[in-house]
Amino acid sequence: MNDLERFRDKIRLWTLKQLNHLGFGHYGGSLSIVEVLAVLYGKIMNISPGQMNDEHRDRFVLSKGHGGPALYAALAIKGFFPYEMLYTLNQNGTKLPSHPDRNLTPGVEMTTGSLGQGISVAVGIALSQKLSNIPSYTYTIVGDGELNEGQCWEAIQFAAHHKLHRLFVFVDDNKKQLDGWTKDICDPIDFVEKFRSFGFWTCRVNGASLEEIEAAILEGKKQSKKPVAIILDTIKGQGVPYLEQKEDNHHIRPSAEDQKAIEEAILELEQKCSSEEVNV
Amino acid sequence: MSTTPLQFGLDEKEMRQVYAETILELAQNDPSVIALEADLMSSISTNKIQPLIPNQIINCGIMEAHMMGVAAGFSLTGKIPFVHTFAQFATRRAFDQLFVSCAYARLNVKIIGSDAGVTAEHNGGTHMAFEDLGLMRLIPNATVYEASDSTMFKALLKQIYGEYGIHYIRTIRKKAKRLYSSSEQFPKGKGKLLRDGKDVAIVASGIMVEEALKASDLLANKGIEAMVIDMYSIKPIDQNLLIYAAEKTGFIITAENHNVIGGLGSAVAETLMETYPVSMYRIGVREQFGQVGKTDYLKEFYGLTAEHIVKAVMDKLEETE
Repeated sequence: MNDLERFRDKIRLWTLKQLNHLGFGHYGGSLSIVEVLAVLYGKIMNISPGQMNDEHRDRFVLSKGHGGPALYAALAIKGFFPYEMLYTLNQNGTKLPSHPDRNLTPGVEMTTGSLGQGISVAVGIALSQKLSNIPSYTYTIVGDGELNEGQCWEAIQFAAHHKLHRLFVFVDDNKKQLDGWTKDICDPIDFVEKFRSFGFWTCRVNGASLEEIEAAILEGKKQSKKPVAIILDTIKGQGVPYLEQKEDNHHIRPSAEDQKAIEEAILELEQKCSSEEVNV
Repeated sequence: MSTTPLQFGLDEKEMRQVYAETILELAQNDPSVIALEADLMSSISTNKIQPLIPNQIINCGIMEAHMMGVAAGFSLTGKIPFVHTFAQFATRRAFDQLFVSCAYARLNVKIIGSDAGVTAEHNGGTHMAFEDLGLMRLIPNATVYEASDSTMFKALLKQIYGEYGIHYIRTIRKKAKRLYSSSEQFPKGKGKLLRDGKDVAIVASGIMVEEALKASDLLANKGIEAMVIDMYSIKPIDQNLLIYAAEKTGFIITAENHNVIGGLGSAVAETLMETYPVSMYRIGVREQFGQVGKTDYLKEFYGLTAEHIVKAVMDKLEETE
């Protein structure tokens, strides 16, 4: 196992541990972004705890703010704050609310959670950096359900118009939103076609594959005019087969059976992660 | 308390010209100043300055919600965004974006809402905001102003440029009645005592300041001495001046080109209720939407004239006799 795989497993482990400690939460959509977070924070982004005042740092905005626990896990592993803080998720007075808050959590660039808004902010950051001739990258993850929001499409056409080629939009296409299957609620039809027609460079990759995600980012970085949209083919609950198969897995209050499966997944990941330090 | 000397006449410049010139001055002195627009540049005259500062004016297109997010992104990267659109788009339309992405995220965004209330004229009810001050006042720690003349507007723009946080200035676009000399200052949290008086205090903002002054002339003819206050800083509000007015006159009339709920009248009532409760009446829009029409017609329709203020004063005084 390489460092990136260990980082991925550790993000997944600590995502589960946070939610399990709290007793409920957004398991489905937190787990489906573990791989992309691993690639971004483990390999791609120019970011570390010492760089938060560096105007040349790369920036990440979690537009689908309900994936907060996965981001917190990645930030803790990167050393932005101690692991113990992860157990305070959503507790009274916590610095880790279910949706990220830039004023509470070290390493969180932007407050998100009201869907559709984070992508506009990411676009604003990317445009500001471009106007200042700072060649940093801005990355954002939107949910497939989140793309119901009209504001996303305002942001998307604006980004293409301004040729923000250092903007990367990841779509966590896990096919489900709170009330059920995305195709049943408002069929998105084809994200690749949509982003392409809006003027993005676009591709679709297996969102559980670290290699495919990284290769797509490197390909996207060759763009000099178009912003990049990488559609991640993912599954809600990704990486935990029991949760992947669970029908209602957006926000889970585990039954006894769920609890058993979650604890088994934690044990398994702990065994995988126990011996070696992650070096990212 | 001393009164502010007034300099009457019609403003030489339209408020939109003042906006464009002030933004240009700020932007030329500070590369971090960015003006954001949503396809209303020619309405507020920033199209005329764009060629001079092309990298500091962004026309976002008709995307008010997105524009608030872009403003947040600029603030996150150390820029100072000034966001302009019509008042109802800045507040009613993009309220959650303004609330969450700008205010809740504790960012530095200046918002200018133009075409205050009835001055939206022929754009009618869809474009006529009687609610913007109320919405903005609800945002924790936001500063809320209504500009009454060009001197004030320019001074307020420069003031909010230098202060971190969420600031809202409501303005008309065309010429205002000139009230202040160009050296006048307009500190946050203060009001201007324009006339002193002992029988009633008229607390007004924006275009209603002119009506309040007219009303005080009409009342003087009847032997009634009316105090007139320009309460341009609606949040925070000048509590000391309000208590002075309440103590001296025992009767406050507020006058606003806005719904009586949420704006100046509410702010004055809330402040005095907790500190120095006296009789009050709020002149403003009551349970009505906007509509098309000339400003004079609309002021008459919604009861926003000097005569309406005088009538409210006389009714109250007769009631107490």
